[in-house]
Amino acid sequence: MTDLYHSQRAMRQMRRQALQRGVIAILDVGSSKIACLVLRFDGTGKLSEDNSIGSLAGQSGFRVIGAATTRSRGVQFGEVTAMQETERAIRTALQAAQKMAEIRVDHVIACFSGANPRSYGLDATVELEGQVVTEAEIARVLAACDVPDYGAGREVLHAQPVNFALDNRSGLIDPRGQLGHNLAVDMHMLTVDDLAVQNLVHCIKRCDLELAGIASSAYVSGISALVEDEQELGAACIDMGGGTTSISIFLKKHMIYADCVRMGGDHITGDISMGLGVPMANAERIKTFCGGVHATGADDRDMIDIGGDTGDWEHDRRTVSRAELIGIMRPRVEEILEEVRARLDAAGFEHLPSQQIVLTGGSSQIMGLDGLASRILGQQVRLGRPLRVHGLPQSATGPGFAGAVGLSLFAANPQDEWWDFEIPVDRYPARSLRRAVKWFRDNW
Amino acid sequence: MRSVNGRTQRSDPAPSRLNYRLQRWMLTPGIRLALRVGVPFCVCFALGSAFLADQQRRDALNMFIVQLRASIQERPEFMVGLMAIDGAGSSLSEDIREVVGLDFPVSSFDLDLEELRQTIIGLDPVKSAAVRIRPGGILQVDVEERQPAVVWRSRSGLALLDAGGTHVNDLAERGLRPELPLIAGKGADKHVPEALALIAAAQPLTDRLRGLVRIGERRWDLVLDRGQRVLLPEEAPVRALERVLALNEVQDLLDRDVSVVDMRLGPRPTIRMTEAAVEDWWKIRKINGYGQ
Repeated sequence: MTDLYHSQRAMRQMRRQALQRGVIAILDVGSSKIACLVLRFDGTGKLSEDNSIGSLAGQSGFRVIGAATTRSRGVQFGEVTAMQETERAIRTALQAAQKMAEIRVDHVIACFSGANPRSYGLDATVELEGQVVTEAEIARVLAACDVPDYGAGREVLHAQPVNFALDNRSGLIDPRGQLGHNLAVDMHMLTVDDLAVQNLVHCIKRCDLELAGIASSAYVSGISALVEDEQELGAACIDMGGGTTSISIFLKKHMIYADCVRMGGDHITGDISMGLGVPMANAERIKTFCGGVHATGADDRDMIDIGGDTGDWEHDRRTVSRAELIGIMRPRVEEILEEVRARLDAAGFEHLPSQQIVLTGGSSQIMGLDGLASRILGQQVRLGRPLRVHGLPQSATGPGFAGAVGLSLFAANPQDEWWDFEIPVDRYPARSLRRAVKWFRDNW
Repeated sequence: MRSVNGRTQRSDPAPSRLNYRLQRWMLTPGIRLALRVGVPFCVCFALGSAFLADQQRRDALNMFIVQLRASIQERPEFMVGLMAIDGAGSSLSEDIREVVGLDFPVSSFDLDLEELRQTIIGLDPVKSAAVRIRPGGILQVDVEERQPAVVWRSRSGLALLDAGGTHVNDLAERGLRPELPLIAGKGADKHVPEALALIAAAQPLTDRLRGLVRIGERRWDLVLDRGQRVLLPEEAPVRALERVLALNEVQDLLDRDVSVVDMRLGPRPTIRMTEAAVEDWWKIRKINGYGQ
């Protein structure tokens, strides 16, 4: 645990350095594309006096000065499967973004979607030493959380305190400075596979970059695709990517659950490729231009050239009706959404006050998806696009960039995590003298 | 599985590792600055050094610069053809031309006007001078001459001094400037203002005044004709002279047979009679029977 604590703290330190230097790169390592944004920080974004979020959601402190996307190689299900290929893809994206920004970037914050994220809810209660809740007390209560046995080969990616309770008052966002006796905390912990993270870290290190932070793509796409009231009242963000579909549930502006379905747009493409007998590139093109999930009568007459490069004229001139294409795509989309439904049910999504569902990610651009999703997931479904940030090129404003944009917001204003607080004093053996003195003073 | 070591046919847009590193290196601010400023500077410096390493080329360059300078300086617009002197007599003009010693035409770049002015002011008869170059290539010298106020007779001869005691010119003989008063004696030139004040005070005696003599470099004697002298004190000689003049007014002192009026001691003015006058006086006393 302490090892992870220190490595995460080191990343935080790196992020602080990067902010001082003013330039940081954002790397969204996805299964279908790798997106890289270069951010320049002009000053810290300030919240207005009444603590509401101002224009641009308080994210006016940074500006995107470079953006580049490249086809992803060597990444499947959001995990690195071929190191060299992934490294080359990262290099390509980063070089293009640097070229656009005309500045060298040394620090990078990365996010990825795979590696079997698993959510845990932790809680702890401590009796305050004094009357006032101080930062040290918060650190103490966070350290007192009973960490479940999440298994070997797993690592904690996020550990965010989502709720504080002081005596009988719950739902406190920031209890510092308040008076009370017992402080309780609810913490959300997200663990991922150790090796997947280390592979990614290794790829980034091989590109001569310093890792300044790492985040789950479910979390960051939720930050960018959900609007503020959805985050407050409870909503699920479903980021339908190429290889995975990430699910994150937000309540009271904190992520309380994250999960990942290992199916995405690439599987739909694969189905089309198999069903029609065409190359993957053709299948991808057909899916993008003609795909859909609701067949109508007109679709029977809408014939699509599916092409091919065998050299056989008859084979390469085949056509299918759009209804056939929809017939191939729809079961897979339904399967993905059913799986999402199952995950949401397992998480107890129906108990949330508001059950808004926001679909984002590249695959959410399938025509008619919102209608199908509302049949499966519930009535409150909308298609989400990422928040607008300064300087983002038009080509990078689509739902496929929800992860990259969310990671920018995460880089600018990260939430407090467990490792942002000092290790409580009683963890240090050297401080036992102080405890002895305290015991002495209490008892005499 | 495709061969791991074999080259893939698919073209990959990924940059090579070297290319990637090189690009990052070129985007580093320090390197960019060095390339933008440092490299051109070094190249220029190296080329310049290589060119100047050879003595012959260095001389050629110097020669070229000198010729270029000369070609600009000797343009007719910058040439000064003659010198015009205003406010000086003909002899002084000659002197000025002699000391300036320019052989026209000369470029105005070569003229140091301040030095010329200092040279001209260095001449005794010149009180002040202004030197400028007039359009049309004329060196204009405006001179204000010193006006001689007294003639000073010293062991080395006669000299003209202005009111401040500065030497103006030598004088061949006294008769050339009879209108100027005469002073004499060593150190007289340092007290010309005082001498002028005395001469002004001695206005009533102008027709009898021969001159002033500086005695012992500390006080003045007023010399009148008939060998009469008025010995004046060091302090306030003008007042002493005025007392003498007052006596003269009342008692015609200086018209009498007096050889010296000694005013050196203010409380006790003394007169010295001539020998004949003393004998006459004795005779008169004898006649009158005043004697013992």
